[in-house]
Amino acid sequence: MKWSEIFTSAIGKKLVMGLSGLFLISFLVIHVGLNACIWANDGGVMFNKAAHFMDTSVVIRIIEVVLFAGFFIHIIQGIVLEIQNRSKRKTGYQVKLGNRGSKWNSRYMGLLGTIVFMFLIIHWKQFWIPSRFTGVNPVMIDGKEMQNMFNLMKVTFSELWVVIIYVVACYSLCWHLIHGFQSAFRTIGVYNSRYLSLINKTGIGFSVIVSLAFAMMPVSMYLNWV
Amino acid sequence: MEHYTMNLTLKVWRQKNSASNGRFETLEVKNISSEMSFLEMFDVLNERLVNEGKDPVAFDHDCREGICGMCSMYINGRPHGPWHGTTTCQLHMRAFKDGDTIVVEPWRANAFPVIKDLMVDRTAFDRIIQAGGYISVNTGNAVDGNAIPIERYKAEKSFAAAACIGCGACVAACKNSSAMLFTAAKVSHLALLPQGDPERKTRALNMIAQMDKEGFGSCTNTGACEAVCPKEISIDYIARLNSEYVSAAFLQDEEKE
Ligand code: SF4
Ligand code: FES
Repeated sequence: MKWSEIFTSAIGKKLVMGLSGLFLISFLVIHVGLNACIWANDGGVMFNKAAHFMDTSVVIRIIEVVLFAGFFIHIIQGIVLEIQNRSKRKTGYQVKLGNRGSKWNSRYMGLLGTIVFMFLIIHWKQFWIPSRFTGVNPVMIDGKEMQNMFNLMKVTFSELWVVIIYVVACYSLCWHLIHGFQSAFRTIGVYNSRYLSLINKTGIGFSVIVSLAFAMMPVSMYLNWV
Repeated sequence: MEHYTMNLTLKVWRQKNSASNGRFETLEVKNISSEMSFLEMFDVLNERLVNEGKDPVAFDHDCREGICGMCSMYINGRPHGPWHGTTTCQLHMRAFKDGDTIVVEPWRANAFPVIKDLMVDRTAFDRIIQAGGYISVNTGNAVDGNAIPIERYKAEKSFAAAACIGCGACVAACKNSSAMLFTAAKVSHLALLPQGDPERKTRALNMIAQMDKEGFGSCTNTGACEAVCPKEISIDYIARLNSEYVSAAFLQDEEKE
């Protein structure tokens, strides 16, 4: 088989989606773990330290490039896949099969992904770009100057509309993950029915916990819990 | 079950040939017995149309006992109608009530062009089979069927996959018009048996390549195929096909000549 077929064959295209999706899932674990430091109840000291480490480590800088490549591949291949799959039926049905055949989120992965992507652009503009390029107000911790990311979060999440956007995005992410998690494993060829059901349950648990944790971050800041 | 008769309104897709534009036609049928099959109801309708000098509704059928896979009708938004694990010919009119309106459409997929009315061209499936759905056997005397030991569970799984009748409902139901459930059933039922082993690698690659060539979509694991398959082929076979493909494409030796 030629390498290019990974991007052109019916299964190849899905392998790209599945593998990049699983990679992005592993990133979510790290992201949610680090951000959970905001709940350490120490005025953001632990969180700022963690953010400082991520900001200054060379290794993280390299991984970041890979991460962006992961996003890029997942998004571009996702768009191509959606367009190509839709083009396979020129005349549609008068009566749709709808939820009688499949769960709604499995059919709307493209839409859910688009919502998450639009959120990502806002999210990058609010946090990633200031942290990397335009600068964040400093704070002194343990005699070292660090970016006060905690304060940036507090300021950003003092606005209700921002909090609402984040919650909607997390909700979309949750449904996107519930389908994507198990679908990725099927695509890479896990067919043992016992493990498939385990993977399905794990995926639902993972999706709900991670999305809920992310959604609670802006909420708890808006409500001044932290 | 109590026998009853019903009058129905049918909204049927009419299309002269593959080149023309189709449209829905509303037709009334009267005095339909609840014991009739869905196709027999169409026979009654067609008899009337012929008597009136009109063009009867073209539809595919052959065995009328759920084994040939010809009867392809998309009834009220579901391939093969409302009953689970049933072909159109095995669907009985007791699934409907007097006064019901039933919308009947052909399978919709670019790879299944409409020939006429409810009849579609499914030779794309034949070409997928030709690309790899076979095994090599020696000619001569018939070999003893039990000469090669096969694990029982593999024989069972293989048999369950071999139940696929190639009806195309999976493609019709799939939002991506993917033929993965059909192809997965055909690949799996041979891959699970020792007799299918020699062509195992080329089979997965060639059948997928042919599936792509015919213009079917990619599988996104929605499960619509499994929900409508009259032979209840499990979507887990698609995962098995993925595994066959990954293994053939990346994990095994290349054939070099
Ligand atoms: S897998 Fe099921 S729905 Fe698809 S062609 Fe075979 S019998 Fe028909
Ligand atoms: S006519 Fe043969 S399966 Fe329905």
